[in-house]
Amino acid sequence: MTALRTAAGKRVLVLGWGNPGRRDDGLGPAFVERVRGLELPGVESESAYQLQVEHAGSVAEADVVVFVDADISAPAPFRARRLEPEGHPAFSTHALSPGSVLALAGELFDARPEAVLVGVRGYEFDGFGEGLSEGATANLAAAAAWFAGEIEASSRPAPPAAEPCAGRVPAHHG
Amino acid sequence: MNTTRRVVIEPLTRVEGHGKVTIRLDEAGAVESARLHIVEFRGFERFIQGRPYWEIPVVVQRLCGICPVSHHLAAAKAMDGVVGADELTPTAEKVRRLMHYGQIFQSHALHFFHLASPDLLFGFDSEPAKRNVLGVAGAYPELARQGILMRKYGQEIIRATAGKKIHGTGAIPGGVNRSLSAADRAALAEELPRQKDWARDAVRIARDYTLEHADFAAEFAAFPSNHLALVRRGDGALDLYDGVLRAVDPAGERVLDDVEVSRYLDVLVEEVRPWSYMKFPFLRSLGPENGWYRVGPLARLAVCDHIDTPEAEEARREFATAMGGRPGTMSLAYHWARMVETLHAVEVIERLLDDPDIEGDDLVTKGERRSEVYGVIEAPRGTLFHHYVVGDDDTVVMANLIVSTTSNNEPMNRAVESVARRFLSGTEITEGLLNHVEVAIRAYDPCLSCATHALGRMPLVVEVHDAAGALVAEARRGA
Repeated sequence: MTALRTAAGKRVLVLGWGNPGRRDDGLGPAFVERVRGLELPGVESESAYQLQVEHAGSVAEADVVVFVDADISAPAPFRARRLEPEGHPAFSTHALSPGSVLALAGELFDARPEAVLVGVRGYEFDGFGEGLSEGATANLAAAAAWFAGEIEASSRPAPPAAEPCAGRVPAHHG
Repeated sequence: MNTTRRVVIEPLTRVEGHGKVTIRLDEAGAVESARLHIVEFRGFERFIQGRPYWEIPVVVQRLCGICPVSHHLAAAKAMDGVVGADELTPTAEKVRRLMHYGQIFQSHALHFFHLASPDLLFGFDSEPAKRNVLGVAGAYPELARQGILMRKYGQEIIRATAGKKIHGTGAIPGGVNRSLSAADRAALAEELPRQKDWARDAVRIARDYTLEHADFAAEFAAFPSNHLALVRRGDGALDLYDGVLRAVDPAGERVLDDVEVSRYLDVLVEEVRPWSYMKFPFLRSLGPENGWYRVGPLARLAVCDHIDTPEAEEARREFATAMGGRPGTMSLAYHWARMVETLHAVEVIERLLDDPDIEGDDLVTKGERRSEVYGVIEAPRGTLFHHYVVGDDDTVVMANLIVSTTSNNEPMNRAVESVARRFLSGTEITEGLLNHVEVAIRAYDPCLSCATHALGRMPLVVEVHDAAGALVAEARRGA
């Protein structure tokens, strides 16, 4: 499991996206709501239906960006991986991939924040309806706990031997 | 033995919904027909049945991640009827209009600068890896930044009027729950001149492109059609928020002569075809063969008599002259028409910001309750219909929605077929064919996104099937 390379004083942006009216597709916004409730220091958050060009501006203002989306194939409860800019937008740019948003932030604003993509495993995507499935709710809780732990760890003074910007690697998702 | 072959182009990403292009060849290898399949996500009407009417303007925004404001306002306009608000207060009407024109502005800017401009700036045959928003950012960074800032401006208007950029709550049955704050009004007014300059520039870019490629545009996915849109009641002006239904035929003669929106089922029919999940609406008086029509910017400029803002009206006249004084036939002309509307939108925004009513506090009105109600609006992509029946217990018992991409279903099919006839050779799915099919569909800015989008979906798959249905070739585009 990828760790957040953050530290006290760094600006962290949580960007979750999805449609809360399509069951587990709303995991991204639900993650944002959960994080907002925790009132973590130095953490800003934003939710959206879909990633779009303007998010490049938000991303460019952060040191660390945590993209959060529902994932239909990740191992439960969630998967976090380092994200690099990628330059192949899909058929239509009605929505961008997180890698494309990152690339756009670099191209237009000369910004290269650390970025992690968190895919929270979801199960129910078909049909309209509000509320997460039971499994997705549990996975959301695990993902939020991991994130809170990363932020908490980054706010503690680093031990002398540790790299100053390295976050904690959670044992249970290594 | 039947030697007809099928060529299938299938975008699978849930972001775009499920869309698929099937090209059928005859025995000689020529294109027999081409069809665009779009999976329209069903069940939304049932999702809102049983909910109290006052929730609907918020709930319907869940339908679409691209144009939630259009659904918000169409539903609010319908629910005005439930509370008997036949005429809103001046402040409510103007705040809603500001919200709507902000939505139009940001949506059109996004489409032009980041969706269409790669095709126009780099050429349809350029490398797909370059022909995208990142390519524009690299080669034309100022243009890309303008697009982002225009989009942000429109979204700021939405936030200021609806309360939030997404899932706004500003429009309520009978009016609005907020007016514009003095601080927001001042900030938006201060930024407006720069936005207007960029809108003027965008009209020039789209116009110059169309005129410089007039011969190509006259052949590429070009065909005559009927056109349908709202126009302002009384004087036929372009009105994207409210009005009566007007349709014209390819010669510009009126087929629908300013019909009240409550009569839409008298004049329109939604046809179901066995091979597509999406319905095919047509004008009842002309029948299914001849009654299909275009909606959206090209149609709106075809049906309106004039635009009531000066710079957009001047741009409209130039556009109309270039079209030969008749309704537009070129799919590529959508881009120019869309930018004329963008200029109109920023002029309307300027007018509304100058109006003291925009900060007023008389927000809601009501009158005699009705149970069957209609809300029709010109969304960025075309006419959007909301129709509800609300029971005595205040809950919705029936809902019918026609979204603009549904109305453009037949025109998009025609556009794809036109492109296939010209660019398909043999059974090979060339980059050129793919590119031109994409460009033709994109001209209509279809909103196929009433869907989920979770990670792990494929954006574009191209398949060739033989007469027996076996897969003989496959191509993929995107991650």
